[in-house]
Parts: sequence; structure tokens; C-alpha cells
Amino acid sequence: MKTDLELDCKGLNCPLPILKTKKAIDTLASGQVLKLMATDPGSVNDVNAWSRRTGNPLVASEKEGNVFVFYLQKK
Amino acid sequence: MSEENGRPKRLAMIASKGTLDWAYPPFLLASTAAAMDMEVGVFFTFYGLPLLKKKLDLGVTPLANPAMPMPVPMPNILMANVPGMDAFATSMMKAKFKKKGVAAVEDLRQACVESGVRLIGCQMTMDVFDFTPDQFIEGVELGGAATFLEFAADADITLFI
Repeated sequence: MKTDLELDCKGLNCPLPILKTKKAIDTLASGQVLKLMATDPGSVNDVNAWSRRTGNPLVASEKEGNVFVFYLQKK
Repeated sequence: MSEENGRPKRLAMIASKGTLDWAYPPFLLASTAAAMDMEVGVFFTFYGLPLLKKKLDLGVTPLANPAMPMPVPMPNILMANVPGMDAFATSMMKAKFKKKGVAAVEDLRQACVESGVRLIGCQMTMDVFDFTPDQFIEGVELGGAATFLEFAADADITLFI
């Protein structure tokens, strides 16, 4: 998937992946995609919740080994 | 979506405790709520007020806290009487948080400041404890119960911590 920005949150715990995601998505233009990588298992529910609440769609997600990868599109 | 009926969701909290462990919930929830596009205000009162001081000196004690996991199992009442135990427990907790990728309280507080969280210091507590406004970080508002309640009256979530 084409991504415009990568954010590495591996090793970080709640709520840092969410705080950094918000900061990162604020730098993007509408329609651009952020690739977020995290190892916190709680980030799966948290990123989904953040996406629903803020309206920035989670267009895809996958798991590579112990890393959760999320593709978030700026609304 | 955070904006329903034309206005964002609002979180209003009271932070009343000033230990290292209890400093986390208000700053963590406030910064996260702001990242979720909510309006956030926190009223710092009684022992919560020092959380707004420029230099944080937060500690944690095993005394009267039997739920605190400790590396060496020991009856709480004995452990709490060991000299230096509070300093030990505090440094253990800070080290553990760091190792597990948890943000420092200072970082979460800074995230609150940067994301526009309203930080309201209790004027009455300030007077009682002889604090002065210059001891607090920039951006702190001072006010009383009415200041908080005016904000909280339109809140979707209210929490007392």
C-alpha cells in the first residue's frame, strides 16, 4: 500500500502510540495515508477506537511477527 | 466522530491525588482524549495541585497499599517500615515504567499542554498550602469550584481521580 508517512511506535506503551498517531496524522493532507507500527497488543483495540472516534479511516491492518501494522487515512 | 450536534465531546476531570501512581490517570486520559479530538479540562485540587508545579517530585509508598506488586514478597506492614522503602519503591516503579515503554508523567503533562487541555489549579488549595502562581507551569488557570463546574456542566464524561 502506498503510504505518505511512517510512524514507528514499536516498544511504546499506552497511550503513546495514540498520542503520536494524532500528531503524525495532523501533518498529513486529506487522503494521505499513515503507516503505524506498534508492538503494544492493546493498540489493536485502541487504534480502532481512535479511528472511529476521530473519523480518520483505518483502511487496512496486518500483523508481521509481533508487530501490528495499521494504515490510517487522513479524513 | 467526536463532533455530534455541532460540538466536540467533552471530558471534565478532577485530579485530587499527588502520588506517582495517581498522577498517571488524569494526564494519561486527558492527553488521550485530546488526541481523540475531545475538549478536556482538569481541575487540580488538594493533593492533585502539586501535579502542576514546574518541578515534579512524585513518589509512591507501599504503606497502606497492599495491592502494589513488589519484587520481594514481604508483609506490607513490615516493608512500609523499612527506611528508604518509599524511595526504593519510587525508583523501582519509574524504572519499570521506562522499561515497558510507558511515558513519564512529565511527558504526558507536556502532551496535555501542547494539545490545549485546560489545566485549572484550585485557588483555595494554593492559599492553604502557601503555593504561589510562579511555581506552576505556564498555561495554568486558577479558579475555584464554580470555574470547574461551569466547564463540567456541558461535559459528556466526568471523572473524579
